[in-house]
Amino acid sequence: MKKGNTVFFKNKPCIESFSAVCGSKEKEGIIGQYADIALDDDMYGESTYEKAECKMLTTAILQCIEKRGMTEKDVDVLISGDLLNQIISASFAARDYDIPFLGVYSACSTMSESIMLGAMLVNAGYVKRAVAATGSHFASAERQYRYPLELGCTRPPQSQWTVTGAGSCMIGKSGKIKIVSATMGKVCDFGVTDVNNMGAAMAPAAADSIMQHLKDTGTQSDDYDMILTGDLGALGSRIVKDLCWEKGFDISKVHVDCGEIIYKVVENEFQGGSGAGCSATVLNSYVLTKMQAGLYKRILFAATGALLSTVSSGQGESIPCISHVVEMEL
Amino acid sequence: MTGKTTENFNSNYLNYIKSQDPPTQHFKNCLSAFGVGGLICCIGQFIRFMLEYIGLSGDELAGTTSVVLIFLGCLLTGLGVYDRIGRYAGAGSIVPITGFANSVTSPAIEFKTEGWIYGMAAKMFTVAGAIVVFGVFSGVIVGLIYYFI
Amino acid sequence: MGQEILIIALAYLKAFAVGGGICLIAQLIINFTDLTAGKILVYFMLAGVVLTAIGLYQPLVDFAGAGATVPISGFGYLLANGAMRGAEKGLFYAVTGALSAASAGVTAAVVFAFIMSLIFKSRTKRS
Repeated sequence: MKKGNTVFFKNKPCIESFSAVCGSKEKEGIIGQYADIALDDDMYGESTYEKAECKMLTTAILQCIEKRGMTEKDVDVLISGDLLNQIISASFAARDYDIPFLGVYSACSTMSESIMLGAMLVNAGYVKRAVAATGSHFASAERQYRYPLELGCTRPPQSQWTVTGAGSCMIGKSGKIKIVSATMGKVCDFGVTDVNNMGAAMAPAAADSIMQHLKDTGTQSDDYDMILTGDLGALGSRIVKDLCWEKGFDISKVHVDCGEIIYKVVENEFQGGSGAGCSATVLNSYVLTKMQAGLYKRILFAATGALLSTVSSGQGESIPCISHVVEMEL
Repeated sequence: MTGKTTENFNSNYLNYIKSQDPPTQHFKNCLSAFGVGGLICCIGQFIRFMLEYIGLSGDELAGTTSVVLIFLGCLLTGLGVYDRIGRYAGAGSIVPITGFANSVTSPAIEFKTEGWIYGMAAKMFTVAGAIVVFGVFSGVIVGLIYYFI
Repeated sequence: MGQEILIIALAYLKAFAVGGGICLIAQLIINFTDLTAGKILVYFMLAGVVLTAIGLYQPLVDFAGAGATVPISGFGYLLANGAMRGAEKGLFYAVTGALSAASAGVTAAVVFAFIMSLIFKSRTKRS
């Protein structure tokens, strides 16, 4: 059933298992204790950053499957993406598995897009089990989008730190955590051109999708224990609360941002974590663990993504963003 | 909310986010830019005195001073120290000629994973190329102007 | 002897002040405008070229020594000077003078960057 932009899952697909791999800086933060593998070496023993990122994603997917005592034969489809050009991390990770692969891209919103698509396939009965996964790596993202790592440049105060990590979850027919509905996001562009201010660029998309979900489901923000955004950062979080408040929705009591909580110390200058791996690792370690333990009973997961490239920003374009919302309940 | 055309872009929103910008620590970063920039120039002056002492002069003196400074910039970049200086010093490490050296060395080191020809060599000037291009071009214009006047 | 030390100390002071001052101006521009470092470097270099061509940069070099030649505007000074001296020799030298004067710097940058890339590996960051 669909109302507005929200799809309701009558057959309640469930999160059967989840797994996260995180890097050394993330290990020191909140997800260090909850991630399945917390690395000391961000290279993960590989010779390039791209290979390291791919290995993290592969490991997260494998852990997720094996945790339930299953093998890849039990999984019908792998839905994955990442931040690198042509989503090479996800594609090369899928190479290691004998599972049909659907590659997706919505930048840092890839986790919620993958979960949403997996839930749709399982709910409709097309597949029995789907694995949704994504990740990112600070060094590979920096090389592609910004500057070579050894360049002595300063980071402006609104900038964020791309998370090194990967997260994966398996969607199937049985499990404690049920996926109730999902809202498909629309591309929002409020004209922000500053590539160092992603929080401000993505906040309108998050606000739009969250409010759309609340409208379509007829719920209030207080009905949820947590509205979890992906990587708006400290600045973006303030903005999204203001934007929702403007339209009559007060999400301030339940809003949490993965980017704000992921690092041990949010240094004065920076806005916290970002990247597809940010929402993926926080969700698939800390949040879902706490949900299974009963601490959170009903959450909205709204990862946010900035759909730009170095070419578009070089040509003076502004930054269009998107946010997909997934509703999960015990 | 979807602002499909430029007319829909919310200038109110852009003004609002400007008001929300976290504060830049102007005094602190100007002070460190001044200090580190001045220090690098002093090091340059020291090198110049040393080279003068061993007998260089004129163009050779100026050129060799640059070469030594560039060497230091490249070395510190390779050792992974220059980016730490840059984080603290901002313009103080970007503007001196050592910053130029850093901007040439860092892509060279970074992109060697993509091969020596198409990676390291081709991408060596991704950051600093503009300086060479505009430098040569403006130099030619000056030369022509001076020749014909 | 004391006189010499004073002159040398003064030279360092002038280099520090002028060099630091140029970097300070760049930092202010970074803080108050949304110009990126790359653009600022090009503009400063062009400023060095123009100021040298109209004769205003040479006095600064005479005064502050390395304080004026080490910043990127000093690179512009080098280029313009080379072009101006080349113009005195003929059309060919007018056109090639700029890059010739800067050849030491560009050669050094290419050679040392190449060598460093052979020795060193890229490192990811923690903060």
